[in-house]
Amino acid sequence: MQDETGGRSEAGGFEELILPHLNAAYNLARWLVRDRHDAEDIVQEAYLRAFKFFGSYQGGDSRAWVLKIVRNTSYSFLEKNRPAELAEQFDETLHTTDTRQPDAETALLQSVESRMLREALEELPVNFREVLVLRELEGLSYKEIAAVMELPIGTVMSGLARGRAQLRERLMRAGYQEEQRGPRR
Amino acid sequence: MVHEDNERLLNGYFDGELDLIRSVEFEEHLRTCPDCARQFHDQQAIRQRLREANLYERAPQSLRARIRAQLPREAQSKPAVKPRSPALEWLAIAAAIVIAVVLGTRVIIPNIRGHEQTNLLSQEIVASHIRSLQPGHLFDVQSTDQHTVKPWFDGKLDFAPPVVDLADHGFPLVGGRLDYLENRTVAVLVYGRKLHVINLFIWPASQESISPVPVETVQGYNVLSWKKNGFQFRAVSDLNVDELREFVRLATP
Repeated sequence: MQDETGGRSEAGGFEELILPHLNAAYNLARWLVRDRHDAEDIVQEAYLRAFKFFGSYQGGDSRAWVLKIVRNTSYSFLEKNRPAELAEQFDETLHTTDTRQPDAETALLQSVESRMLREALEELPVNFREVLVLRELEGLSYKEIAAVMELPIGTVMSGLARGRAQLRERLMRAGYQEEQRGPRR
Repeated sequence: MVHEDNERLLNGYFDGELDLIRSVEFEEHLRTCPDCARQFHDQQAIRQRLREANLYERAPQSLRARIRAQLPREAQSKPAVKPRSPALEWLAIAAAIVIAVVLGTRVIIPNIRGHEQTNLLSQEIVASHIRSLQPGHLFDVQSTDQHTVKPWFDGKLDFAPPVVDLADHGFPLVGGRLDYLENRTVAVLVYGRKLHVINLFIWPASQESISPVPVETVQGYNVLSWKKNGFQFRAVSDLNVDELREFVRLATP
């Protein structure tokens, strides 16, 4: 059979190359917009776009390719619906105050509850949340993150440094507050 | 306080992204700098907890199904067209050749392509229908009043689509929007039927318009196609075919 539509063989590739990254796509969108339903809509739209632009996919890292579309769709959604969430960007400076004993801090972090961890990550500014999710949950390399976020690798590295410092600070604060309240139940 | 440069290196080291020489250098530094060492242990503790906390969000099965449903058939693993027997295929080709000889190729080729085009168009319409169901995508003008919807199209289209309200018949008009099909802007009227949404696509019929397949089911959606008063119509919905037929009868009396 001749392939007159031109897109047929590519479409077959879509099934094999792009659909398997659906979990990665959903995980990223879910963490960026922090809402299950919005994330589902975004991923659906992103997949539709991915399908449309699959012709321009040059090969290479297909996960990074689809995640880039997912993140751009997510940011467009945030820009349109919740612009305030985009206010804090990478260049923000961070003030950490270390007042507690180092060992006690590490112990606090080791015992931090999953719920607090989720909350702390959710409360991070969206860029830091994104870079951490891509690194820690998705397990992407710096190079892959740079491809997804369209940033230089050095910026990815500083973003991670700042994101981690902020996460640590938030966890400390949350853990400390928890301690003050005394053991739960 | 950890120096900013060291903090970057610490993260690079932590993620295994430094080259060998720098890694060795940074290990050296970690042994002599308590601030960095402490930072490093803290990050290890956080990473450990992140891994245990089960924070990865997996795509729900329903989303997987939705996405599969909206992709054109070629992208799905299941063969879209039932494989015909080779004998039938040959018979069809033989018949086509005979007819082609009789009628001349100019007639037959558009017809063979025609079916495929209709099919592609229906898929496009269904994809557009599915997109329209996403929040905020259903209409550009929201009104139950045909006298609001009809003028809204003025100046946005090079034709005036017939707009009727069918609320009395249980198909209330909900709104309208513009869409793009077959290389032209088309009008879409949105009707409701209980909890179902019907998208009615309208554009002028042209000379070379292919006569459409009247009823098609694409990805579980019913697409009804007809031509009337110089317009092409496509109604698409997850509504059952009988009720959709009734809608068609009412929409273009």
